[in-house]
Amino acid sequence: MIALSPRIRVLVTVLAALLLAGVAVAYTALARDRPPVATGSSPVGGGPRLQVLTNGRLSTVSRADPGGPREVTELQCDRAYTAGGTVACLKPVGPLSSTGLIVLDASLRERSALPLTGFPNRLRVSSTGRMVAWTLFIDGHSYATTGFSTRAGILDTRTGRLVKSLEEFTITLDGHPYRNADVNFWGVTFTADDNRFYATMSTNGRRHLVEGDFAARTVKTLRDNVECPSLSPDGTRIAYKSAIDADPKKGWRLSVLDLATQRITPLAETRSVDDQAAWLDDQTVAYALQTSDGTNNTWSVPADGTGTPRLLVPGANSPAPSEVLAAGR
Amino acid sequence: MYLSTLDRSRAAGGPVRAVGGTVLALGTVSLVTDVSAEMVTAILPLYLVVGLQFSPAAYGVIDGLYTGATVLLRLVGGYVADRINRHKTVAGIGYGLSAFAKLGLLAAGTSGPLIGLVITADRAGKGLRTAPRDALITLATPQERLGRAFGVHRTMDAVGAFLGPIATLGVLALGGGAFGPVFMASFCVALLAVLILVLFVPNAKGTRPHPSAVSWRAVARLGRGRLLPAACLLGLVTIGDGFVYLVLQRRVELGIGWFPMLAVGTSLVYLLLAAPLGRLADRIGRLKVFICGNATLIGVYLLLDGPLGGWPLIVLVLALYGTFYAATDGILMALAGSMLPPELRATGMALVQSGQALSYAVSSVLFGLAWQAWGTGPACLVAAAATAIALPLTAFLLAKES
Repeated sequence: MIALSPRIRVLVTVLAALLLAGVAVAYTALARDRPPVATGSSPVGGGPRLQVLTNGRLSTVSRADPGGPREVTELQCDRAYTAGGTVACLKPVGPLSSTGLIVLDASLRERSALPLTGFPNRLRVSSTGRMVAWTLFIDGHSYATTGFSTRAGILDTRTGRLVKSLEEFTITLDGHPYRNADVNFWGVTFTADDNRFYATMSTNGRRHLVEGDFAARTVKTLRDNVECPSLSPDGTRIAYKSAIDADPKKGWRLSVLDLATQRITPLAETRSVDDQAAWLDDQTVAYALQTSDGTNNTWSVPADGTGTPRLLVPGANSPAPSEVLAAGR
Repeated sequence: MYLSTLDRSRAAGGPVRAVGGTVLALGTVSLVTDVSAEMVTAILPLYLVVGLQFSPAAYGVIDGLYTGATVLLRLVGGYVADRINRHKTVAGIGYGLSAFAKLGLLAAGTSGPLIGLVITADRAGKGLRTAPRDALITLATPQERLGRAFGVHRTMDAVGAFLGPIATLGVLALGGGAFGPVFMASFCVALLAVLILVLFVPNAKGTRPHPSAVSWRAVARLGRGRLLPAACLLGLVTIGDGFVYLVLQRRVELGIGWFPMLAVGTSLVYLLLAAPLGRLADRIGRLKVFICGNATLIGVYLLLDGPLGGWPLIVLVLALYGTFYAATDGILMALAGSMLPPELRATGMALVQSGQALSYAVSSVLFGLAWQAWGTGPACLVAAAATAIALPLTAFLLAKES
């Protein structure tokens, strides 16, 4: 080393620096230019539609042919939902940006935006399109672990009233007033009156189904081991995931609870589902499952426990039945 | 304005001329290596806790245990460097190992155990190189200028730490937010540092020590000094950058993308203060500066649970945290350099650094558990109380020694 003259040493260093910089820049450029979306966009015919996310892009498919043509928009969301002419989107967390809620009308014009902190997890719009409810992970990323914390918020898009966290609400647990710092809420679903809602509340190692009153700012527990409730369009049943043996580490099963009779019907899906199911109609629920290589697929299964799961939309998640009939996206 | 600028440039020129070429070359290697290391470090806590779903306790175990696991290697590195009197070679192997670990991160994907293994290799490389490098600095510098030499070296080191996260943000922006390009760029930068080390850093001059002077028995004698327990004690109350930034991020509800900038802020304060505090330590006493530096940790922990919020909290915490680094990291090594015999310099430094790392591993795990059990507030208060107790004990131990 000492034998080399200073000039040669500097020259070698500069050349090496240039070469290495070239390698780094080329690699970075290749990573950026790798096309993120493999599926192209093609127009969807008339009839009822289904909104999904294709590799994080808001898309629509035909209900009649969900595996067929797909209209893919430029809008990127981590979770999306639509109902009553309102489209809601939780923006993905980027390297330089946090998430946020975007509320759009049926033709995807932005109506309002709300910056949020955390990682998008659940998102629902009430059937009238008025109430938007979301869940974000604040700590951790999975319901299967114990160290996570979530924050569920609600926005009344008509009045602009915002509840940043359901933890502000007054809690009644098993008929008694309750307070605890460890309370977490997730998976909100609204009833047709745009005031009452159902959600999951965890505290003290238990996970409860709660019924909430948005105007009165209260929630009360109904029963145990019900997570991510989703109310049927007729308002009589709740599709939900329940932890196997009440232990989330063992995974979840999809079931349907009849609110009048309290009867539970396990659905035909036997794989573990970590999603808030979406009702396609009063007889069918849809949900996303992730394969081991990270691909999302949307499946559907009859809501009465019969039949078998069916691959509804390959390569898609966040399903929501869309009332929008005309093309125009 | 003119006067103060003039004054500052003269102050910066002073120590640079006063330290030798070896220190400057090593400073450059450290600068480039730290760009590489901090590129990854800046996003790693986020990547693990947020991206890969590790709970705070699990992150504590990863951060702490993997650091602790490298302790043995660090000792071996220091001892071998002293024994064969080839500090540069041993340091070079360490730099190289860390460089290739960056490629390993790319290969590990999302597998938790593999990432753990790669981080271990990376930390092992750091463990291997640190003691021989610091020994090289002390062996090339006269005693009375040790504080100054370490000040200059750590300033250059901190410039790298300052630039690393900025480079990360640039790569993230260019690469569309993917983690892969960050790891690749980090690898390229690290490789350049290895080359600079090979080409520009001379091996330690001086006579080959008598082999009998470098023996495990002599090492055992070193361990009986008070420097080691003092360093361990302070390591026990250091919860680690990752936790400080995670708590801060939660308190302020900082956007995820700003996370790497926290490390940038700390490095900025560090690089501004490292050289002046080093000179101050040469003048008024290294111990005084070292103890005051550790006292700022109490301020950091109290602020993290205090009423202050928003940007004032961020600025204050980072200013204090950067001061803590500037007043302790290089100065502890300068203290060690003046207490340890030359033939066992690298081993002794490795011993001190290992003690620190091991106790830091313990404190990291404990803080992770405390966070999970009691929440961040009480956990920070306990850390502040522990520091307040440890500090006078350390001062007592080190005052006796020096």
